[in-house]
Amino acid sequence: MTEKVLMKGNEAFAEAAMRGGCRFYFGYPITPQSEIPEYMSRELPKRGGCFVQAESELGAINMTYGAGAAGGCVFISSSSPGIALMQEGLSFMASAEVPAVILNVSRCGPGIGGIQPGQADYFQATRGGGNGDYHIPVFAPYNMQEAVNLIYEAPSLAYKWRTPVIILADGMMGQMMEPVALPPEKPALEAKDIASQADWAITGYDDRGGPQNRRVVKSLRLQPEALEEHVEHLFARYAKAAPEFTRYEAIGLEDAEIVFVAYGTIARLTLEVMDMLAEQGIKAGLIRPISLWPFPEEAFDKIGPATKVVISAELSKGQLLDDVKRAVCGRFPVELIYRTGGIIPTSLEVTEKAKAILEGLQ
Amino acid sequence: MKPVFTYTNGMLPVSTHYCPGCTHGIAHRLIMEVLEENGKLGQAIGVAPIGCSVMAHQYMNVDMCEAAHGRAPAVATGIRRVHPDKVVFTYQGDGDLASIGMSEIIAAAARGERFSTFFINNGIYGMTGGQLAPTTLIGQRATTAVEGRTKAQFGMPIKMCELLAQLECAVYVERVALNSPANIRKAKKAVQRAFAVQEQGLGFSFVEFLSTCPTNWGMTPSDALKWVDEKMIPYYPLGCLRDPEKEASK
Amino acid sequence: MIQKLFFAGSGGQGVILMGQMIAYASMYENKEVTFLPSYGPEMRGGTANCTVVVSDKPVSCPLVYEADVVVAMNLPSMTRFESLVKPGGMLFYNSSLIPQKPTRTDIQTIPVPANDIAMEMGNSRAANMVMLGAVAHGSGVAGDEALDKILAKVFSGKKAALLDLNRKAFHAYSAQ
Repeated sequence: MTEKVLMKGNEAFAEAAMRGGCRFYFGYPITPQSEIPEYMSRELPKRGGCFVQAESELGAINMTYGAGAAGGCVFISSSSPGIALMQEGLSFMASAEVPAVILNVSRCGPGIGGIQPGQADYFQATRGGGNGDYHIPVFAPYNMQEAVNLIYEAPSLAYKWRTPVIILADGMMGQMMEPVALPPEKPALEAKDIASQADWAITGYDDRGGPQNRRVVKSLRLQPEALEEHVEHLFARYAKAAPEFTRYEAIGLEDAEIVFVAYGTIARLTLEVMDMLAEQGIKAGLIRPISLWPFPEEAFDKIGPATKVVISAELSKGQLLDDVKRAVCGRFPVELIYRTGGIIPTSLEVTEKAKAILEGLQ
Repeated sequence: MKPVFTYTNGMLPVSTHYCPGCTHGIAHRLIMEVLEENGKLGQAIGVAPIGCSVMAHQYMNVDMCEAAHGRAPAVATGIRRVHPDKVVFTYQGDGDLASIGMSEIIAAAARGERFSTFFINNGIYGMTGGQLAPTTLIGQRATTAVEGRTKAQFGMPIKMCELLAQLECAVYVERVALNSPANIRKAKKAVQRAFAVQEQGLGFSFVEFLSTCPTNWGMTPSDALKWVDEKMIPYYPLGCLRDPEKEASK
Repeated sequence: MIQKLFFAGSGGQGVILMGQMIAYASMYENKEVTFLPSYGPEMRGGTANCTVVVSDKPVSCPLVYEADVVVAMNLPSMTRFESLVKPGGMLFYNSSLIPQKPTRTDIQTIPVPANDIAMEMGNSRAANMVMLGAVAHGSGVAGDEALDKILAKVFSGKKAALLDLNRKAFHAYSAQ
């Protein structure tokens, strides 16, 4: 195994993206992820890559769209309100099938909100904040190693499936330090190889034998039938890609009285809650979605007959809950434990609330 | 027999959707002609805007990318960073560039991005049906200013060339007009200079074309051409504001 | 075995570095560890604090609501975070800057005159290393061998000249 290093989350994320082959970063400073553009501005040029401090997140996402359309391997990052500004570009990229990896080191909203960690961007990420019929795969790691592994893998998934990929982390993960094993450096795609490797990339048609092979990257389709056909095409590809993107961890579902559903930072805390409940003789299980879209509905089929309640534990006001209810589909009662405003509940608080829910059912 | 006029290979052999008398076709052709003459069609990447020229990629015979409204300079920045050796340009109208995309164009020019921007200024929103543009002249009528633009209500029209020329890294800035054969010949020279400056890696290059919109101006094409002379040029004077060659000889 | 530590002080007292060094040392000892700094909108001054969790199992929660060890480098930090120590836990406080005694009686309180000791050695900025030594030796969270490696790493390059002083500072409290 690779030797572990102790790194700040944001720097580990940036390092993982570069090791995964990303060579272009376009960003705008925003707390709590500003260490990423700082790190990229230092490290990317050393690897022959390119860093641009954009005029805004709108500028950044459109540079990403341009670089991705040109076949470049792009990784960008921002935080909640910055990601909100990027939605226009994400909708364009989803339609034009331009790959890139977008990291949201989220804070809490609405509006400018606060800078403490939150998960209230769940709808923004999974429902798409941009216009139109599209989806973007979303991964939500719960610790540093998982985040590093997912960011490292994401560029190749984005390239393979010609889609933006969102990584949803939070301010706590960005700011904390934890030992991680960094994966080995993947070879980066060089400009001269783009034309032969990226079959959508605009590079000038001389690279492809002449004007008969001219390429256009676009989302405009004024003919309703053509647009409908394109939407169907996008969704057929989502269906084909789903097995590769759908990921989750299921713990102790067979005989659990309480099944928690939680992702990211709160999932981590839920592990402690499960221990605390076990000490009091209550068996709790966990479904931890690693992909938020596609949502791992199949995990819910593994919930055993002993389960009395499924609890969505989240740092948002019942956003994950929507998908949990859909996946449970009436088979079990579904309840919510949450905090907002950037407050992370204590494990004791979650334990007490879960116990109260359980007692309320009896 | 020697042909006196032919298609340029830079334009696809299709008819455009532009209205009769619109000068978009001339601007398209000039840019493509210069690329063809430079032998660069196959190494060119263009960025099309939102607006009347949203379908420029159906006419310009080069690799193209379509940008969201106003974002072409950001998209071109991304393309340029991936392909430092190609010819990159944006083609944008006045609503796209001087209103919704003001931040992107200023930032790209300030960074001295090595691409060329061709700016079509016809003083009106064409595609959406004749609304007031940031470049609509005082007194000019628009569907959102039916009595004509007033300074009190809308402020003064924006002079993009003058604005951008103040930026150190916007090294080539020229305003031309497409309303007469003589002006069109000058416009072609400006396009040539813009691409030359780009290829020399000197910085950002910008050409503003004073253009016509007979449909939304409510004029015949020939009246529209005259209107450019009588109304537009006095407010938007033609000429070169920045050129590294001239600045070097100073 | 899991140990939760909380370090607090004002910006510039080297509180974050103390936490990071414990985290690095624990990693060298092949333990699981998380380090979480507080972050706020201010760039200078204000309070600085951080949380370190050291465990032989993967750390489930990097946040601390009840700490085994609280380190207070100034009075406001002690006032605010004394309650964080769990019953039977340890409170190390910088008695050079904190004139009063802690109020809790159900915990072990350890006064460390960190600034005074550092000053005697000729550099009051080494106060955090005096405290680090006291905490490491008192709580047993990380061993001398690992911490010495980290010291050498932190005080290398441009800071190499400071290594000896800080090494001495690290052992100063226990040597008393």
